[in-house]
Amino acid sequence: MEDAAVEVRDLVKRYGRVTAVDHLDLRCRRGEVTAVLGPNGAGKTSTIEICEGFRTADSGSVRVLGRAPEDPELKPRIGIMLQSGGVPQAARAGEWLRLVSRFHAHPLDPAALLDRLGLADHARTPYRRLSGGQQQRLGLAAAVIGRPELVFLDEPTAGLDPQARHACWDMVRELRAAGVSVVLTTHHMDEAEKLSDHVVIIDRGRVVAEGSPAELTGAERQLRFRARPGLNLDEVLSALPPGSAAKESPAGHYIIEGQVDPSLLATVTAWCATEGVTTEDLSIERRTLEDVFLELTGRELR
Amino acid sequence: MTTLDLSPAPGAAPLAQMVLAQAGAEIRATLRNGEQLLLTLIIPILLLVGFSKAPFLDVEGPRVDFVAPGVLALAVLSTAFTGQAIATGFERRYGVLKRLGATPLSRTGLMLAKTAAVIVVELLQIVVLVLVALALGWSPHGNPLTVALLVILGTAAFSGLGLLMAGTLRAEATLAGANLVYLLLLALGGVVLPVSAFPESIRPLLEILPITALTDGVRSVLTGVGGFPMGAALVLLSWAVLALAAAARWFRWE
Repeated sequence: MEDAAVEVRDLVKRYGRVTAVDHLDLRCRRGEVTAVLGPNGAGKTSTIEICEGFRTADSGSVRVLGRAPEDPELKPRIGIMLQSGGVPQAARAGEWLRLVSRFHAHPLDPAALLDRLGLADHARTPYRRLSGGQQQRLGLAAAVIGRPELVFLDEPTAGLDPQARHACWDMVRELRAAGVSVVLTTHHMDEAEKLSDHVVIIDRGRVVAEGSPAELTGAERQLRFRARPGLNLDEVLSALPPGSAAKESPAGHYIIEGQVDPSLLATVTAWCATEGVTTEDLSIERRTLEDVFLELTGRELR
Repeated sequence: MTTLDLSPAPGAAPLAQMVLAQAGAEIRATLRNGEQLLLTLIIPILLLVGFSKAPFLDVEGPRVDFVAPGVLALAVLSTAFTGQAIATGFERRYGVLKRLGATPLSRTGLMLAKTAAVIVVELLQIVVLVLVALALGWSPHGNPLTVALLVILGTAAFSGLGLLMAGTLRAEATLAGANLVYLLLLALGGVVLPVSAFPESIRPLLEILPITALTDGVRSVLTGVGGFPMGAALVLLSWAVLALAAAARWFRWE
């Protein structure tokens, strides 16, 4: 499969009696940005770290750029950003990046990369004195400095302020434009929606949905409005075509799903008129990736 | 904004370049670390000056001739064992070993770099300590190559023990343990106190310690009393083989 950057088939990973990855299939195409979404403990990091060669699978097959993950030939070809750490506490940001650059044949200029990620003023700052967001950006810099073909980013924007998050997004877009394949994990639905060509939602170690952001959010639209809490939605439902759904979540916020067309809109507003309800913020929207995600993985905290 | 050419151009640097870069980083880290310098230079210098000047020791000949070889052995212990164990323990704890494992630098390359860094720091220590000892009136004898061989064997043995500790214990336990072992070996291993000062019943035990073998071996060469210290060399070689094999077997990278 020449066009696959990552090809995972029937992957299983257990820790003692806990099955973290449960017969998972994952395919990331070359030159694309693939976002792996999932609640905490869904098996995202286990899957990524098996692809990175840090952990071994219990069963299943994993190919990264057509090779086994532990193949030393892969090391220069992939760039890795860990969720956290990986840098000596006393190492200065600029020194660390220069060191990593010396492991590669055609590295980017460390000073230019620091500058690009807003770290130029911190080149002489020891890692432990960098803020969380600065540490994350240094991790991103180390992942791309060797000009890899494939980059794994494990929650690259966790803990970043909005400016730093946008800087990271710009870098991912530039990587993609330069023909680099990117696999990232994230909790931020907007990040996945904005950046990725392909979204994979995993839960309890399995893929529960995948597709482009547009495919996942679907053509289905919603009518949303705010009104006083506690309206009897059964009444409006009985007036709507079969297959429609209505819910109040949270209190005072109403969502009508189904064939959202002018007649549905008319039915709902007519019902509001008979009830003497004034609606606010009436809008027709597509489902967001977050809606899809919560639908698939549930709302309960883990 | 700076434009960067992110188009893929992967490739590993030559092994020598990677090893030199990593060794340089490790040397800089060691020389910058205050606690490390205390163990590697300040304590050995204080012991060298103190025990050469003050009349605590009852030994034949000038006191500095007895103390200098012991302090050179202590320098090897402090860098190859204590310093390396603590640094590597924290590298493991902070995911540095894991992160380096994802670069083109292989584990073999990393071990070469660590070894090179230890040897460079030891050479710096030896130069400083020899100069101080000469200033104190030290007159060394013997073949420097024999001393070099003993130092290399001692370095291998202590590195193996240090890496075994760093690769199996938590970083905090390594920190405490490596310092404790340093103090115990300093006290028991003939560094500044002759082993003959201890009760006869425990002497055989003390004599098979790697530090005792190194101090006795280096001392017998540098005081010019005997020929090649075969016993000391064999003890060090055994420790080196056992400790390095155990480290290779049980070292955990994460």
